[in-house]
Amino acid sequence: MAGPVAENLRRRFGDDLQRVIDERGELTVWVDRSRVHEVLEHCKRDPELAFSFCMDVTAVDYLPLGVTPRFAVVYHLYSLATGHRIRIKTGVPEDDPVVDTAVDVWKSTDWFEREVYDMFGIRFEGHPNMKRILCHQDFQGHALRKDYPADLRWKLMRPDDLVDEISADEMKRIRARVTRPISE
Amino acid sequence: MVFKDAALTPEEMPKTTPVPRQHGRMPTGVSWRPLEPTTDKTVLPGGRAVHLDRFPVEEEALETDPLVEDLMVLNIGPSHPAMHGTFRIKLWLDGETIVKAIPEIGYLHRCFEKMSESHRWQEVFPYTDRLNYMSPFLNNVGYAMAVEKLLGIEIPPRAQRIRVILGELSRIMDHFVCVGTNLVDLGALTNFWYFFRGREEIYSLLEHVSGARMMVAYGRIGGLMRDVHDGFEDEVRALLVSLPRYIDDVDKLITNNRIFIDRARGVHAIGPEEAVDWGWTGPCLRAAGVPYDVRKAHPYYGYDQFDWQVPVGTTGDVYDRYLVRMEEMRQSLSIVEQALDDLPAGPVNVDDWGISPPPKDRVYNTIEGMVAHFKLTFEGIQAPVGEVYSYTEGGNGELGFYIVSDGGGTPYRIHCRAPCFAIYQNIGPTLEGCMLSDIVAILGSLNVIAGELDR
Repeated sequence: MAGPVAENLRRRFGDDLQRVIDERGELTVWVDRSRVHEVLEHCKRDPELAFSFCMDVTAVDYLPLGVTPRFAVVYHLYSLATGHRIRIKTGVPEDDPVVDTAVDVWKSTDWFEREVYDMFGIRFEGHPNMKRILCHQDFQGHALRKDYPADLRWKLMRPDDLVDEISADEMKRIRARVTRPISE
Repeated sequence: MVFKDAALTPEEMPKTTPVPRQHGRMPTGVSWRPLEPTTDKTVLPGGRAVHLDRFPVEEEALETDPLVEDLMVLNIGPSHPAMHGTFRIKLWLDGETIVKAIPEIGYLHRCFEKMSESHRWQEVFPYTDRLNYMSPFLNNVGYAMAVEKLLGIEIPPRAQRIRVILGELSRIMDHFVCVGTNLVDLGALTNFWYFFRGREEIYSLLEHVSGARMMVAYGRIGGLMRDVHDGFEDEVRALLVSLPRYIDDVDKLITNNRIFIDRARGVHAIGPEEAVDWGWTGPCLRAAGVPYDVRKAHPYYGYDQFDWQVPVGTTGDVYDRYLVRMEEMRQSLSIVEQALDDLPAGPVNVDDWGISPPPKDRVYNTIEGMVAHFKLTFEGIQAPVGEVYSYTEGGNGELGFYIVSDGGGTPYRIHCRAPCFAIYQNIGPTLEGCMLSDIVAILGSLNVIAGELDR
């Protein structure tokens, strides 16, 4: 049950870990979503854990199983130094599907979180570009939710100029970088 | 605590499910309503009438770009010969220098994860073929390993070895296509012919083994579709003679080629910390100097028993990615040779009729065999409740499958951790400052496979 990773997390977070499950050689830790950013940051920065990789961020919809909260966001971390892996899960209720972003911890969570938003409608607070990534911008609903019909077809053809992905600051930087004079 | 209910452990699983789940159908009580279809009919010039469902293409939607007057805007893709798949990069150019690049993906999104939820465990294999379609068998292995981990079974040694042999040949195929097309984009067509000839030879072997050249669907939960044919070993040995020639030919043509070096060295150099932070795995990460290979770090199927090395680059640029892939092909050939030398005899499927279908003579001649066959086909493999994350080394890096099962014949949730998705996500920031002509070199060296990227 207790490996060095679980020990370390217990030492640091104590009872804030809702569950620690060790099944099939995989460590799963459930944390409250208010603490998830703190736990993830600890996992990366702590020299003993050193989870340098965020391999994956995804979510699960538990609607047909009738459990609350409805969603769980799942992080898979990997440590290059120790070879350990950990799965961190946090429950997200349906009426307030928001989790703190981890983009400031690992850059790799950028698109992973966008995909979770696209497929499950779970928003990540503080994400620089919380926008759909796989589905069209005019798509409605979130396809991997269990109440989304699998056989629904959309025909969406409005082109996306992608300009909304450039922030005002960046626009200023781009204008400064250009060698030619730019019309105002 | 409310969260007590949320974890999936068997004892705490609710006994009755409030929303009934049926095979192939979504639950009733859908809270979501589709939009009403419009009947706007538009007549195009030429007289052809089309229905534009909801969004007619408007002129102003195309150009609302505030930078367009000052910078040149160039769309590469979604359909472009140098893109190797259907995705788009929008570029803002100052002369030939890229000022800003934004990728757009999703054009090849085929809802792999959604579709898997309405299929039985064994019916997912053809979908996995189409993730990274350059090395389909490696995806079969990755998915099969995940389900086998969930079931808690180990496949027979012969099946493991065949998975290693065909998996490594698939990896060589993947690298053939990646390096070959990368060089085509840089103007060197001959190498492409050399590599595609080798690829065709591997295809012929796969066709002989599985019946299909490209989408093999040869993996099965608990083993393989069937045992390999007589003469398989001779055919693989013939490949071991012919394939190194193609690699050597390209090596002689390209590795010290002035034009290639000028186009590749120092281009898109990604350091090790940055690569790890972006979640890179596979040859691109190893080119950056991080020796992480799932086959070495977490050996499966006896990869630790073979004598082989993990090639590592130093600069992480396009040239190092080429070198790493070339050396990996040689290492893969060495693994194939060693695996072939002691290919054990025996069955290729687990001896459990609840997982592997019974042999055909038992199906036709015994009632038990027929019942097992029908139950497996109609009800599927009865997997236990639980969740696993299983990882293998795919053609592009760590190919992970995260599987949640609520018990029964269909997966509750399958998520594919596609290596491309992580590798491609920093293309926007890292392209800034590059030259326009570098893009084809960079895209080719990253080996972005749209099937895997969009799933």
